[in-house]
Amino acid sequence: MDTQSTYNYKVVRQFSIMTVVWGIVGMLVGVIIAAQLVWPELNFGPWFHYGRLRPLHTNAVIFAFGGCALFATSYYVVQRTCNVRLISDKLAAFTFWGWQLVIVLAAITLPLGITAGKEYAELEWPIDILITVIWVVYAIVFFGTLAIRKVKHIYVANWFYGAFILAVALLHVVNSLAIPVSLTKSYSIYAGAVDAMVQWWYGHNAVGFFLTAAFLGMMYYFVPKQAGRPVYSYRLSVVHFWALIFTYMWAGPHHLHYTALPDWTQSLGMAFSLVLLAPSWGGMINGIMTLSGAWHKLRTDPVLKFLVVSLSFYGMSTFEGPMMSIKTVNALSHYTDWTVGHVHSGALGWVAFISIGSMYYLLPRLFGRDSMHSVKLIEAHFWLATVGVVLYIASLWIAGVMQGLMWRALNADGTLTYSFVEAVKASYPYLFVRFLGGFLFLSGMLLMAYNTFRTVAAGRPVDAKIPAVTAHAH
Amino acid sequence: MSDFVSDFWGVYIAVVVIVGLVGLTFLLFSQSKTTVKKGEEVQITGHIWDDDLAEYNNPLPRWWMLMFYLTLIFAAVYLVLYPGLGTWKGIRGWTSVGQYKEEKAVAEAKYQPLYDKYLKQDIKAVAADPEAQAMGKRLFQTYCVQCHGSDARGAKGFPNLTDNDWLYGGDAKTIHTTIAGGRQGQMPAFGAAFGEEKVKDVANYAMSLSGKKHDADRAARGKETFAAICSACHGADGKGNQAMGAPNLTDNVWLYGGTEKTIIETVTNGRNNQMPAWKDFLGDGKVHLLTAYVYGLSNNAKAQ
Repeated sequence: MDTQSTYNYKVVRQFSIMTVVWGIVGMLVGVIIAAQLVWPELNFGPWFHYGRLRPLHTNAVIFAFGGCALFATSYYVVQRTCNVRLISDKLAAFTFWGWQLVIVLAAITLPLGITAGKEYAELEWPIDILITVIWVVYAIVFFGTLAIRKVKHIYVANWFYGAFILAVALLHVVNSLAIPVSLTKSYSIYAGAVDAMVQWWYGHNAVGFFLTAAFLGMMYYFVPKQAGRPVYSYRLSVVHFWALIFTYMWAGPHHLHYTALPDWTQSLGMAFSLVLLAPSWGGMINGIMTLSGAWHKLRTDPVLKFLVVSLSFYGMSTFEGPMMSIKTVNALSHYTDWTVGHVHSGALGWVAFISIGSMYYLLPRLFGRDSMHSVKLIEAHFWLATVGVVLYIASLWIAGVMQGLMWRALNADGTLTYSFVEAVKASYPYLFVRFLGGFLFLSGMLLMAYNTFRTVAAGRPVDAKIPAVTAHAH
Repeated sequence: MSDFVSDFWGVYIAVVVIVGLVGLTFLLFSQSKTTVKKGEEVQITGHIWDDDLAEYNNPLPRWWMLMFYLTLIFAAVYLVLYPGLGTWKGIRGWTSVGQYKEEKAVAEAKYQPLYDKYLKQDIKAVAADPEAQAMGKRLFQTYCVQCHGSDARGAKGFPNLTDNDWLYGGDAKTIHTTIAGGRQGQMPAFGAAFGEEKVKDVANYAMSLSGKKHDADRAARGKETFAAICSACHGADGKGNQAMGAPNLTDNVWLYGGTEKTIIETVTNGRNNQMPAWKDFLGDGKVHLLTAYVYGLSNNAKAQ
């Protein structure tokens, strides 16, 4: 095959398949730990204990499932919108195998209790170095491909993917700086409140750049493609892109309201979190308004349903987030299951939905088919996932607000009305509904796995030809 | 204490924040002029990617721009009122420490009299007062349950407060001393001094004191060691010494457990335990009520 006249779909295929695989693994671990909260007797020994499985779940869904989806789509999008093959097949293959190695190492070390103890950055220093190397290579492949593009203008999706790659490199390196004491243990170079601030600068921007900006890149390609409509507003893209990537960097301190963090830092975190609302919604407006003139397609196209519902959840979470960053709201919501619900309305409703929709778009094209094996199964997946997310979020809203109110309730003599365990006991029914919601979501993923298997089995890997640059694309 | 190591950083923060907010406003303003006239058709920009990807250039939605401006104004006003711009304290003079102190003062003014009114009463009288007992129970449920359990029956290492068996003494005054000043319970480690066999002997003797099933030969040997060493704290008869918190070993009440294995562990490694002091944190009134509540746990049932 003449590699110069085709796109590199091989690495896209590899990452796409692993997106489905890791999605199931990560969500299965999520369902297991949700069950452990309802039935604590399901904690077996140290390796199968909630405390070790929880970071395994978060790492698997964010970096394995989400990460593979981003690698797959960014490689696909950057090639197709630049009319050029990836700058290096070897380097692209390196990022695939390297990233899978990181995931496997995470799956081994986290249950063994090897952890740096930083949320969403638990992996120990040797793995951190490996991630850094892979990320630099990823940047070379992505920006290198962009540099040799045959189309003058850079498509908006690539701005977001580019910002994501640069910001995550910065965040990962700065937050992971540590002094190793052995191969499996290191200590952060930061101390006390500074360590907490660096951690949540990282943590919130992991949400901002990994889980938001990058998936907006995905949205900007797959929504207009699937809808067959032009993007609503280039102007809006420009304004919300720059405003989003500037403002996100400031929002981290809202994770540390009413702590030892200095007051001025907390204030800035809250003020900028509120400013973040409009830039976040810019992406939602641009996505949803792209459908104007194509709304009828929603009735028959479950892939488009996934994409549009993801934007609704995106809009909802990015409204909820700034509200929760307001100190008086945060005083109620912080440390409750409301936060967990909020994260999942973003992680399941936005990130997983847009990824699933994009995968359903990609998979047939990568394997020479017109569509997935079964559109009915996509439809079933859509409804399982939607009901699952709604159950999940609604139950944890109720549980979270209830916990917050119970913790602050006072008797006439100023003592606490409820002891802590009473709030735990009252949460059980909601934790069960949450487990159920997660289980439904996972069931949908299993349908997707079957559908993917049938699609791949009946198809054959194809690498699309690079078309001549059209007259308009200058 | 200042949050900054030098004045430079305060200025740096303030400048970056102001430039950032002004920059965002300018970005929004610079793109907000275009409008579409009625009946005019919005055109695509003319750039095409990947066969059919194009972009309209619709103006920014008005409601969205308004929302953006409002949040920017809110941020600016908030940062004038509250700390945020480096060393600027905010014209409201708010601090989180100040808020805490204020709320605490309000709460104390409101609730303190409720507790203080019992200070004049004797512990036994307070223990007999159902309303005071209810308040004491609520205090206990807030501050004490973490170790002693919601039923006050304790857990391994944390004494049962309902069985009228006391490490330091169960009279009202001693309970008050324990709660107000805390306790530091310590048993030295004898593993190295005794060796494994001797430890086992002593453990069996301790078991015999409480009438538990034991190895008689070992207990007989252990009795000598006990008399020579252990009796210094636990007394010749093994009934303990409340002045130093040495437990009674004859009553089959065990703080850490009464199995041979656990007793061997205790003798070998010793024990170190702490009850925190509550006087400064809770104040006299609440300590008084808690004392009465704990006193009542062991004595009220008896009185009835």
